[in-house]
Amino acid sequence: MIKTLMTLTEKVLARASGKTHVQPGDNVWVGVDTLMTHDVCGPGTIGVFKREFGKDAKVWDRNKVVIIPDHYIFTSDSMSNRNVDILRDFVREQGLPYFYDVIDDPNGNWTFDTSKGQLSRQYGSRYTGVCHTTLPWKGHTRPGEILFGTDSHTCMAGAFNQFATGIGNTDAGFILGTGKLLIKVPETMRFFLEGALPAGVMAKDVILHVIGEIGFDGATYKAMQWEGPGVYTMSMDDRMTIANMAIEAGGKNGIFPCDQKTLDYVRERVSENGTKQDFEPVELDREQSFSYDKVFDLSKLEPTVACHPDPGNRKLAKEMGNVSLDRAYIGSCTGGKTSDFLAFAEVVRGKTVKIDTFGVPATTKVVRELKETMWDGLSVWQILESSGVRLTENASCAACLGGPVDTFGRLNQPMKCISATNRNFPGRMGNKESQVFLASPYTVAASALTGRITDPREFIS
Amino acid sequence: MAHTVTSPVYVVQDNIDTDQIIPAQYLTLVPTIAEEYIKLGSYALIGLPDSLYPERFVAEGASHTEYKIVIAGRNFGCGSSREHAPIALGAAGVEAVVAESFARIFFRNCVATGEIYPYDTPVRLSEIVKTGDVATLDFDTDTLTVNGTAYSLKPLGEVRPVIDAGGIFNFARQSGMIASR
Repeated sequence: MIKTLMTLTEKVLARASGKTHVQPGDNVWVGVDTLMTHDVCGPGTIGVFKREFGKDAKVWDRNKVVIIPDHYIFTSDSMSNRNVDILRDFVREQGLPYFYDVIDDPNGNWTFDTSKGQLSRQYGSRYTGVCHTTLPWKGHTRPGEILFGTDSHTCMAGAFNQFATGIGNTDAGFILGTGKLLIKVPETMRFFLEGALPAGVMAKDVILHVIGEIGFDGATYKAMQWEGPGVYTMSMDDRMTIANMAIEAGGKNGIFPCDQKTLDYVRERVSENGTKQDFEPVELDREQSFSYDKVFDLSKLEPTVACHPDPGNRKLAKEMGNVSLDRAYIGSCTGGKTSDFLAFAEVVRGKTVKIDTFGVPATTKVVRELKETMWDGLSVWQILESSGVRLTENASCAACLGGPVDTFGRLNQPMKCISATNRNFPGRMGNKESQVFLASPYTVAASALTGRITDPREFIS
Repeated sequence: MAHTVTSPVYVVQDNIDTDQIIPAQYLTLVPTIAEEYIKLGSYALIGLPDSLYPERFVAEGASHTEYKIVIAGRNFGCGSSREHAPIALGAAGVEAVVAESFARIFFRNCVATGEIYPYDTPVRLSEIVKTGDVATLDFDTDTLTVNGTAYSLKPLGEVRPVIDAGGIFNFARQSGMIASR
């Protein structure tokens, strides 16, 4: 029986550690429901696991390990290709059921074929794309549970009323062997949303506004809990965008209450992929203790930009028309969902982009949905292409984090780029003298059309 | 035995994120493979913009740095969860980072790997000290002495024995939390 008067994060951590009550500062051992790793940190995690538990060791629970190659996939870099092969060898050896491989042959090797170019599909039937967007799609996110991942944006799954956070290889190797991790219960900050978003303003603007408000380290070591009527007006995609960027304020996790939208979304997906179906959400208590508590009126928000060189460097898009741009980019876990591309397409439809514009769907499902969604006889994919957007079918993290030099969309020279991604520290998208401006898909689209940072309300009635 | 390190310091400012510590293109190196661990060290802090940091942290062609102590501003190690970041610094020969504050995952990865000591300083040393100044860090008294002044650092507390042991696995074995090999 879980006692009341705890925040959502405290409730999840209490349950996972077998306690009736926890409070901020407590160090607790939690049982892990899901551990996710990918091609960048998976090989090192496997290395730690084997070094510490022995070369013949078995993972603690093969149904709780999810491996998603997604970072450096469509590159001729041989080390990157090798790292995908290391994952496949481990999956085969351990008999892991949840591996979203690039190729279909479980005994094969992955090599990117540069002669086919960057745009057309080079993956098999099981490949999914970006890990954080794959996890909910494939039924690995469930309310009330604990998810750790070797990636800082693992916090995105907090949209589904779970505790989700990023860890390093050593901690992940420890979990592979034991299924447990010692963590400190964070203080909780509450962000209470009222009203509804006005036209031209998106969930991305909410999180950029909030990070600007509390600062790039304003949530360090803390949980960011989202509440209020405004939350329930938002789609699961919107909530994911917001939870995703908790880390950009230094947060340990972001977490949302569970409502009917959450339940419908999760139930549909856990039944599709044969993952665990039962779960128990954590409910909001009437009285909770917060280290910060503030109300935000969504109806007052405007299109917002996080300027170079950090995600807390906030300005309004309408004040930045004098900043000319070299490139626009839409993609990533934060900004590469189907709903993000639809918003982008609304703005550019029937017009032509003025600067180099790259689009990288987060997952292979997004690719399919953009091709199947028809607007007046044309697919959204065609609409985007005819506007001059360079779209690739090869869903992945791509240039959001730079990557190997031949990565699609990477900033290989000093340039100014407006991007629907989540991070803009120097060098994040490639060249370390380049500048990245973070914005919503609407704002990225409007700016792509004009070649300067542009308030999308100039194009949206 | 006195537990101190004396070395020229390398000074960086606020928000040095993991891409500046070890840029994403080098994450193809797997830290548990010995020769790739050494390579990671050679790339430590190579993502710092040259315009702001003209002095290279690791000399061209070298695998180790001459700076065993890094002095930083706020939020050192923010950004990604890549453990390659504390490992690159440790592999380059860094003993400690003394910062006004650390990002959460980076701090935790320092402790879990036992690669470097992440010290908090209440004084904004990044505006007082210059790259190349020689400092002595005394791990017994948690004091950094540089240019004739001794600065008290925040003691590492419960994470100290974990780093002393060489990381979470060694510590867990020494303390009987997991079976010894």
